Amino acid sequence: MSNNIIFAIIITSFATYLSRFLGVISSKKIKETSKIFRWFNCLAYSTLAALIARTIIFPVGALDEVSNSIKLSVIVASLLIFYYSKKNLVYPTIFSAIILATIHHY
Amino acid sequence: MINRKFFFKGFKSVQASDSPAIALGCCFIAIGAILKNLGFNIQESIFSTFLTYALPGSLVMAESLLIGTSLINIFLAVWLVNARLYPMTVSLMPLLMHKSQPRWKYYVSCHFIAVSAWLIMKNNYQSIQKKFRIDFWIGIGTATWTIAIISTGIGFFSADYLNKDMMIGLAIVNPVYFMCMMVGAMKTIQITLSVILGAILGPIFYLFSPEWSILFGGFVAGSLAFFVGELNVK
Repeated sequence: MSNNIIFAIIITSFATYLSRFLGVISSKKIKETSKIFRWFNCLAYSTLAALIARTIIFPVGALDEVSNSIKLSVIVASLLIFYYSKKNLVYPTIFSAIILATIHHY
Repeated sequence: MINRKFFFKGFKSVQASDSPAIALGCCFIAIGAILKNLGFNIQESIFSTFLTYALPGSLVMAESLLIGTSLINIFLAVWLVNARLYPMTVSLMPLLMHKSQPRWKYYVSCHFIAVSAWLIMKNNYQSIQKKFRIDFWIGIGTATWTIAIISTGIGFFSADYLNKDMMIGLAIVNPVYFMCMMVGAMKTIQITLSVILGAILGPIFYLFSPEWSILFGGFVAGSLAFFVGELNVK
């Protein structure tokens, strides 16, 4: 198992670094004012949003046990707190953890 | 070599009110606990965050090990889930590149590209002179990376004390934090559309292809947002 774990870590880090490394190589010829830069900017935000939404609706791990309606309610409430607290990020994140753990407990 | 003033300015940015430190810490505490439960020892857990430093990839690796997937399948699954790092890098590095800076800084510091550090840099780069942006970036990356590594250790050692409710509480922090940060970044029509369409299409594409959903959903959403935004500007 231990050898497998070491190999899995190395493979995982290589697969992760590959995208970052190729990104640096591609960046050499791209100007920050170009259309292609703006397109990649859109792709970066959209893939992130896709990943976060997938993590919420089709999670792997602990969140799998919570229904989507509860998760989405907590997310909406957290976004409201975010806006009402003048975009403070600490309040909504702490609120979401406490409220979801409490709801799951009961 | 690295401008200390800008390095520490970046390093200290994790202390700001919009700092990702809490969310990042919670996520990696959960990862540390998951890795321990999977049979990793402390060195392997720390080594994993040290080398990978990308949460979804680590989760996929953990899940794959649990079901006994082959190494090549782990590589493909991790590469697919972390392929988002490619557009993130391409949309960040041109902002940091300066002809007076050595190339190695870019190849080494791209390891720090992860959602938290990336969003902080995107929100702050305009306030930093272009020549020193890479040093500022290395400061942000070193700080967030350090938080991730320390939190993995905390998670590993506290695994026995974390019950299911606590793990669920920790697991929601990451998506809530990033959702708030992304909503906060919606200042142009292109970014607003990218975030909204990505959040809708990602889960829809998952129903057809779980492995490719992030890439396909993100590509379609981002391209649509780009074209609509360009038409709007004209």
